[in-house]
Parts: sequence; C-alpha cells; structure tokens
Amino acid sequence: MELLMDFKIKGGDFLNAGESSGMIKEYLKKLGLPPTFIRRVLVAAYEGELNVVAHAYSGTIAFYMDESKVKVVVTDRGPGIPDIDKAMEEGYSTASPEVREMGFGAGMGLPNMKRNSDEMEIASEIDNGTEVTMTFYIEKG
Amino acid sequence: MKIKEIIDLLDGEVIAGEHDLEIEISSAYSADLLSDVLALTEGDTLLITGTVTLQVIRVAEILGITAIIFIRGKQPSDDVMEVARKRLNIPMIVTKKTMFETSGILYKNGIRPCKNRPASEV
Repeated sequence: MELLMDFKIKGGDFLNAGESSGMIKEYLKKLGLPPTFIRRVLVAAYEGELNVVAHAYSGTIAFYMDESKVKVVVTDRGPGIPDIDKAMEEGYSTASPEVREMGFGAGMGLPNMKRNSDEMEIASEIDNGTEVTMTFYIEKG
Repeated sequence: MKIKEIIDLLDGEVIAGEHDLEIEISSAYSADLLSDVLALTEGDTLLITGTVTLQVIRVAEILGITAIIFIRGKQPSDDVMEVARKRLNIPMIVTKKTMFETSGILYKNGIRPCKNRPASEV
C-alpha cells in the first residue's frame, strides 16, 4: 500500500485539529469516491486526530491507499491507554475538563472510529504511546 | 422544507450562506455536544446547536452538514465566521429561540430526526 499523506499533530492544538482530515477529504473527493465512504473515513480520521490532540503530546496521521482500500494510521507519543477494553466502552473517557468544555470527551471517539472503519487495531504502551490502525474497504457505487 | 421557510418559522437571522436559501431540508439533529454530533448524525442533515466554537465548523465540514442553526441568539465570533465562510460556505442562521423550541417548531412542520441509531448502539 502506498503512503500518500503524512501529517504531524500537536497535543493540545485544538485550533488545527481537523486540518489533516480536511486534506484527506479533498483528496478523496477528487477521486470521486462515494460520499458515504468518504464520510466514514473522515469521521474516523478526525476522531483519531482529536484523540491525539486531547490526550497525547504529539502524533502523526498517515494515509495509505490502493485500489481496494484506504488505511489510516494514527500514532502518538503519549500516556498510552491502560485499559483498551474500557476505552472502547461507550461513554468512558479520561478527557480533561477543558476538552469537555469544547464539546468533546464524551467517550464516543474510539467506538465511533470502530463503527466507521471495517477493521481497527489498537496497540498501546503505557508512558510511551498508542497506535490505531483503521482499514476501510472501498465500496463500489 | 426550504431553508428560507425555516428562517421565517424561527424569526432567524442569516449570518452566512445567503445565496443558498433555496436548499431543501428534511432532517435535523440537535446537540451541543460535538462528540454526539460526530457519532450520531447521518447523511444530509441540519444541525441545531448552541456551540459556537471553531470546532463546530470543523465538525460540520467533516460531516457535510447542510446548514447550521445557532439557538438562543448565540453567535460565533468574527474569527470563527471567517473560517466558516472560507471552508464551509453553507447557510448559518441565528434564532433567539431555545433548542427545545427550535426543534419543536421544526418537528411540527415536518422536519424529522436524521437517520441515526441510539447512542447505546454506536
């Protein structure tokens, strides 16, 4: 699979959260893929970006693609996720009050990423970081 | 229903997207919590919200929201509006009515919830 785009994300940078997903949107729109497919990728990528901004010190979002699928890999240097099963629970969140004030941190991010992707893998190491890999199979239509 | 009819029903003021008031709206979602908006809206939908931060513009952009109604007279800052005009270019309306009144009036006039699932099934 070819790496097409690679973005840096800064922890705490809510002002720019969404920029990377916006670039991915432009790219996928130009390819003329079905809007429902584009929407799935974007929602998941944006939630991934928000996770890095809300929880980590820094991170990257890498966008890969071939004829049949898109892969988005969100990698961060951060505290890691102590209990991944718990983090996957709807409504469970460790987000700060500041993040919640902005309207995020409702504990919907990871479940929403899973719902919008076809496959999702999480690898996390405490005090080191987290890597979330999401695959989306391109719908014909 | 056309967005311009919605503006009349809500005594709304158009703050962006004046050129697009003929677009048809059939479904809507009301929330301040952007996490909910991201997880629970589907397809073309009108967003009714009291959140006026830059993030609401990003969320609308990511989701392809058709139009936004800000309730209780809340209005995004000039900085936020500048980004909105540049990146979103959709109708944005301010109404003095509350979220409950706004949703009720639109429901009574035929607008329905956007196709979504209960939060428990996300």
